[in-house]
Amino acid sequence: MKTPTKLIALIVTLLACAFLLIPIIQSVQAGLTVNYFRGLSSGLTLKWVGEVWELYSGSIFLSIRLALACLAVTLILGVPAAYALARNPGRASRVLEEFTSLPLAIPGLALALALLQLYGTYQGFRTNWSFILVGHVLYTLPFMVRSVLSVLATIDLRSLEEGAASLGARPARRFVDIVVPNALPGILAGALTVVTLSIGEFNLTWMLHTPYLKTLPVGLADSYASMRLEVASAYTLVFFVMIVPLLMAMQWASARAQRNMQ
Amino acid sequence: MTLTLTNIAKTFPGGTQALLPTDLEIARGEIVSLLGPSGCGKSTLLRIVAGLEAPDPGAQIRFDGEDVTRQPVEQRRIGMVFQSYALFPNMSVRGNIGYGLKMQKLTKAEVDVRVEEVIALCRLEPYAERPITALSGGQRQRVALARAIAPRPRVLLLDEPLSALDAALRGELRDELAMLLRRFGTTAIFVTHDQNEAMAIADRVAVMNQGQVVQIGTPEALYRKPATGFVARFVGDAMRLQGRVEADQLHLDGGSLPLVGAAEGHATYARAEDIRLNAEGPVAARVETVTFLGTHYRIALSGAAPGPLFALHSGLSAPQPGETVRLSIAPEAILILPEDEVV
Repeated sequence: MKTPTKLIALIVTLLACAFLLIPIIQSVQAGLTVNYFRGLSSGLTLKWVGEVWELYSGSIFLSIRLALACLAVTLILGVPAAYALARNPGRASRVLEEFTSLPLAIPGLALALALLQLYGTYQGFRTNWSFILVGHVLYTLPFMVRSVLSVLATIDLRSLEEGAASLGARPARRFVDIVVPNALPGILAGALTVVTLSIGEFNLTWMLHTPYLKTLPVGLADSYASMRLEVASAYTLVFFVMIVPLLMAMQWASARAQRNMQ
Repeated sequence: MTLTLTNIAKTFPGGTQALLPTDLEIARGEIVSLLGPSGCGKSTLLRIVAGLEAPDPGAQIRFDGEDVTRQPVEQRRIGMVFQSYALFPNMSVRGNIGYGLKMQKLTKAEVDVRVEEVIALCRLEPYAERPITALSGGQRQRVALARAIAPRPRVLLLDEPLSALDAALRGELRDELAMLLRRFGTTAIFVTHDQNEAMAIADRVAVMNQGQVVQIGTPEALYRKPATGFVARFVGDAMRLQGRVEADQLHLDGGSLPLVGAAEGHATYARAEDIRLNAEGPVAARVETVTFLGTHYRIALSGAAPGPLFALHSGLSAPQPGETVRLSIAPEAILILPEDEVV
């Protein structure tokens, strides 16, 4: 049972886990101790978490609002786009698909600069949260399109639609009754990816934000730069609590999508 | 419903003529099979009737006199069974069967009653609540048929509905399908490349080749009086008797056979069941292989004609490979047909 190779594998795995987990544990602990430099002996407290809430609850709500709006836009744009690409396979579709993925290859900073150059002078827009939303949609849309497209590619969409049409369903009915339900695993996986990415997005958002529009990650950078360590760590804790369930749901959704394809 | 097709042709982008101008009239309640090798245009013709492909300009499709040529598929009130079945994986058996009825805006109670009827008719009771993915091929085939027939379509279109099944099941479902179609009484077009399916199911068979209908008739008529060598080969597997025709004699390599009527400039064919092993027969041939098929032997013969000939031989024993035998073919069993342009 316990051969030397297995033992080595176990040790390596544990080391890798420790490498990843210890900073997280330390950070969480820092956010909950009265004084990080005196350690746990100084006692545990929720004071810092409360302070984070007081200072940054606006950021938390802004991030949630942004993520949900971003999800709505990517659903409205991305699902029909993926459908159109799946129904019209060909060279032009491949080129379009590559185009939608282009924002991924460009650094967020460059993307943000381009947006600022183009729209920065429209004052009402520049200072509105929808300006950041545009950046988030640009960055997350490819994930929605790809995710839906990969599911649609595994089903014989044309035959299914012809079947529905032969039974009297008009194009809009077919989209709602046949396309969307069968693309659901991809839509779900895409939706979770979009929300997670939008909440965690920093590069682009940092360039676009104003002092009145700080998202969760921008606020985190701000707190590390200007607050005491305990507050920043408590902030990290808040961030974890928000993002970890999303990540787990994402894993679950993609596992489900995989199962559906078999 | 009477179905009238006038001047239906299809040219694909790029110039390929999938279907040459075709006329076809199908009577109320009639089951017509489009039979032909792959690429002969039979599926294209079916899809044009369905409204899934647009015909070339000048075509006219009439359902009981009503011109539907420009109607989209969802308005034609057809029922279609696809080769891949195209069942909706996001719905149960019941959901699939009820879908067309829902599109007709029937009340839920009406839909339920009609779905129940069709489920009973197609003997799908045990599977009604199952998801499509939990069904076998034969069950899916029946659900596809039930789904197509539930909205009481004006015409039922079946595109190779049995070809996705394995051979044993195919035979069984063929007979069941023939029975169900008779029971529905709906006008139906049935596309297949399998002559046995066409013969078993259809009232009339339209044999298609290279984008056109070569001959249309009852299975018996096609079998007994094929119009061309292609039809003779495709329906009933007639074999070419390549030889020299002189007056009313056919001179083969292995001997001469009497013919009924003059056949100069024509091709001669015979079917395996008409070739008899006969000690006094006029033609000599060499036995190549013998296959025992239970009710009869299938014997491959060489030397009588340039190509191989097969004879069906019933009896308790058969000659051995390598033996020389003599054969005869009744003069009226020899098909005298025009030479094919392309063989």
